Amino acid sequence: MFDKQKIEEIAKERERWEKSTLPNWIKHCPERQKEFRNHSGITIKGLYTPEDIKDMDYMRDLGFPGEYPFTRGLHATMYRGRLWTMRMFAGYGTAEDTNKRFKYLLSEGETGLSTAFDYPTIMGYDSDHPMARGEVGVCGVAISSLQDMEVLFDGIPLDKVTTSMTINGPASVLLAMYIAVGDKQGVPREKLGGTTQNDNLKEFFAQKLCIFPPKPSLKLSVDVIEYCARHLPKWNPISISGYHIREAGATALQELAFTLYDGIAYVEETLKRGLKVDDFAPRLSFFFASHNDFFEEIAKFRAARRLWARIMKERFHAKNPRSMWMRMHVQTSGCTLTAQQPLNNIVRTTIQALAAVLGGTQSLHTNSFDEALCLPTEESVRVALRTQQIIAYESGVANTVDPLAGSYYVEALTNEMEEKAMEYIQKIDDIGGVIPAIEKGFFQKEIAESAYRYQREVEEKKRIIVGVNEYVIEGEEIPIKLLRVNPSVEKKQIERLQKLRRERDNRKVKEVLEKLHYAAEKEENLMPTIIEAVKVYATLGEIMDVLRKVYGEYKELIII
Amino acid sequence: MLTGDKRSIAKAITIAENSPEEAQTLIAAIYPHTGKAHIIGLTGPGGSGKSTLIEKMVREYRRRGKTVGVIAVDPTSPFTGGAFLGDRIRMQELSTDEGVFIRSMATRNSPGGIAKATKDAVKILDAAGKDIIIVETVGAGQSEVEIIKVAQTIIVIHAPGLGDEIQAIKAGLMEIADIFVVNKADRENADKAVMDIQAMLQLDNEEKAWTPPIIKTIALTGEGVPQLIEKIEEHWQYLQKGLLHKRSLEKAEAELVEAIKDKVTSSIIEKLKREKRFERILQQIVEREIDPASAAEKLLNQELE
Amino acid sequence: MQSGSGRKIRVLIAKPGLDSHDRGAKVVARALRDAGMEVIYTGLRQTPEQIVETALQEDVDVIGLSILSGAHMALFPRIMELLKEKGLTDVLVFAGGIIPEEDIPELKKIGIKEVFGPGTPTETIIKYVLENAPKRK
Repeated sequence: MFDKQKIEEIAKERERWEKSTLPNWIKHCPERQKEFRNHSGITIKGLYTPEDIKDMDYMRDLGFPGEYPFTRGLHATMYRGRLWTMRMFAGYGTAEDTNKRFKYLLSEGETGLSTAFDYPTIMGYDSDHPMARGEVGVCGVAISSLQDMEVLFDGIPLDKVTTSMTINGPASVLLAMYIAVGDKQGVPREKLGGTTQNDNLKEFFAQKLCIFPPKPSLKLSVDVIEYCARHLPKWNPISISGYHIREAGATALQELAFTLYDGIAYVEETLKRGLKVDDFAPRLSFFFASHNDFFEEIAKFRAARRLWARIMKERFHAKNPRSMWMRMHVQTSGCTLTAQQPLNNIVRTTIQALAAVLGGTQSLHTNSFDEALCLPTEESVRVALRTQQIIAYESGVANTVDPLAGSYYVEALTNEMEEKAMEYIQKIDDIGGVIPAIEKGFFQKEIAESAYRYQREVEEKKRIIVGVNEYVIEGEEIPIKLLRVNPSVEKKQIERLQKLRRERDNRKVKEVLEKLHYAAEKEENLMPTIIEAVKVYATLGEIMDVLRKVYGEYKELIII
Repeated sequence: MLTGDKRSIAKAITIAENSPEEAQTLIAAIYPHTGKAHIIGLTGPGGSGKSTLIEKMVREYRRRGKTVGVIAVDPTSPFTGGAFLGDRIRMQELSTDEGVFIRSMATRNSPGGIAKATKDAVKILDAAGKDIIIVETVGAGQSEVEIIKVAQTIIVIHAPGLGDEIQAIKAGLMEIADIFVVNKADRENADKAVMDIQAMLQLDNEEKAWTPPIIKTIALTGEGVPQLIEKIEEHWQYLQKGLLHKRSLEKAEAELVEAIKDKVTSSIIEKLKREKRFERILQQIVEREIDPASAAEKLLNQELE
Repeated sequence: MQSGSGRKIRVLIAKPGLDSHDRGAKVVARALRDAGMEVIYTGLRQTPEQIVETALQEDVDVIGLSILSGAHMALFPRIMELLKEKGLTDVLVFAGGIIPEEDIPELKKIGIKEVFGPGTPTETIIKYVLENAPKRK
């Protein structure tokens, strides 16, 4: 990218500067730390110059937005044409409660829905299961049957909104319910748009919501990918996630590498079903976190885009450029939010959101400032949404594409992230792939080490968290309003469920569940049968119980 | 405790771990009630699926109406003295089963890897009426061979694809194993692992009355576990024919010798320390006036007079 | 440097309910181990019955309950009730995770001796356990 001779001149001048101007200043004003390193372990230099990116080739490494390798963005005009989707994660209480919150967010300018389910639903238990006691509607909305789903989307036209559903083990069931609601509304299936997270691999070492062992979990995820490739062209069957990996304690580099590797695994598995890569790859999507280290995050997003494009082209021989697109949703980091001095979290979320935008995300969720304490209130979630709107309309950063390209620092960091991520990918290849690596505890060990290291750094004050280990308010009282889920939610859900079980055609339910059992043993794609099951109002728990019988339940490998 | 009350068993094991004198009294009291249980030792490398297999074994035993005690041993960190005891996780659903008792124990840096407390814990579970006692250890360091001092049937478990070749099973383990288990038998190299073990067994020329069988299992689904339990039962029958008595005698000898060593050592050292001669002797050794072995002999001759 | 043998504090770190956030529990477990304690970790998704049985069989001195899902007011009372039933009243019980300030007095009333909120350094927890674990023979 640069003239060789000019680079040599600059190098000479830099050496001179390092021998004169720099030390003179340092004598007068020493640096704050002996060394500056980011959490991924990359040393940050005091100054970056063209030398640091002298081997870059503009067309090979950056290119133009909308063209391979997509480093600068998936679309030619990015936010000049269309802003990122402001998609706020929401869900709590009953379907009615969440339906109200959905409508509130839509009226305040949100452009896509994102659903949080409660723990029993996520683990495939009905609201009246013994394990659900105390947890119904607490962390998300309780959905036990198609009936609940119908209430959840009451008055929301599924051909006009796109909906993301954060659900993994039972993703096929929730998607089946969404399809059934769409059918009832008269929306043609080809028009249904949205995403199911459906990334069961990361559960084993990050979010830990695993229900079945690794092999059947992977199968269920791929069932959904395959079904959508054939029948739901507008649906993103999977959101290959790094967010949870990061929240579990991984570094940005590990988040990047492990997420991409999961992506590789899903592509490989789906290819085994006889589909061609271009048949399904365009609908794969990704989900990352955005943390506090501003430039590390931006570099991560750009490296992710370029690396995925290269993997799809070189490893999987994709021909359709859309197969090489890394479409991503980003959520600002939950674990960086503090319970102390919660208003500070607005600032953190803003920095993190800005990094995501400068990184070129397609869709963004911003956390609310009270989320270290509880689920967000209407007021706090509105501030979070406004954060995105202010960035979009007042800051000007959305008015040109990939503004940081060419920055010596950002490009050098992007290159280094990509390089190091490739090393990890090679390592996992050497172990034999994602499932052997999970069983050997490879990811778990890496993440546990990073998490422990982070905590040690905080406690040794090598890493400052404002309000927590520095600038602390002694005896702080936290006067903010907290959102509390009404305990009557559980009672209501249980009553509703019992009524449903009395009033539905139980003979039909039994028939379909048997059909499902048989199909699961025969290793068929289960989506069509599951859709049948939800339509006769078999409950989530009943469907998942059939699968638990066939696949067994999973017990995790613990590495601290 | 003899009635099988879980709280008493738990407290008894704690005494065994922490208070040597009380432990001695306790063991003396319960010893007449021991000797009934079938003690199984299970050892193998990390990642082989030991805990998952034990969970399935316990379920199978319970199906057959037996009560089971499980002792899961994990290493104590030599640097911090602490330990992370995580084997229970795979067996947690069994914790509320009336007929199952599970205890996690750390090695607490005992030289062989199996603390005296663990041996006492086995006696306690035995006296409390458990039909089957399973002791699980990690197959690293010395502990896997130590297990022969505790268990009557020794199972060595391996799984293909762990990165270690079968050859890495240390020679000691090959000799003491009564049953071999190849877990994760649905993996590619499972059959090869079985053949490798067979080959190594054939290298052992000695005529043995009991040829260790090799059982394939898939601990995740429980496949192979009933067959494993059958083999364990067979081994128990075999031991009853006379070998059990022989081994019991050997075990008794080992324990008696160790107990004598312990007591002699501690009583002599205590006496020396009380009479303030201990420091002086150490100094003499350091200053090369006398070597440790000769010093010991001199001391013993003095004491035994 | 600690000696290998000798009495150790036995701590049970438990995750009641369906909450799957275990980063904190694992970091605390490791910190306690590094401070010389024997830490038994139950893994995720434990029922109150399983937790209390484990505490009993392992004869622990301390129980640490980690929960971030908001279900503590439903699960903790049940756990404390069972501990009482089984005679484990001298065990030190503390909690951590996302537990609103306003719930803490109620929890202390039922026997949870201390609640450690987000951002609590592990050093604080270690010190607390060392100072407050029941002194048994």
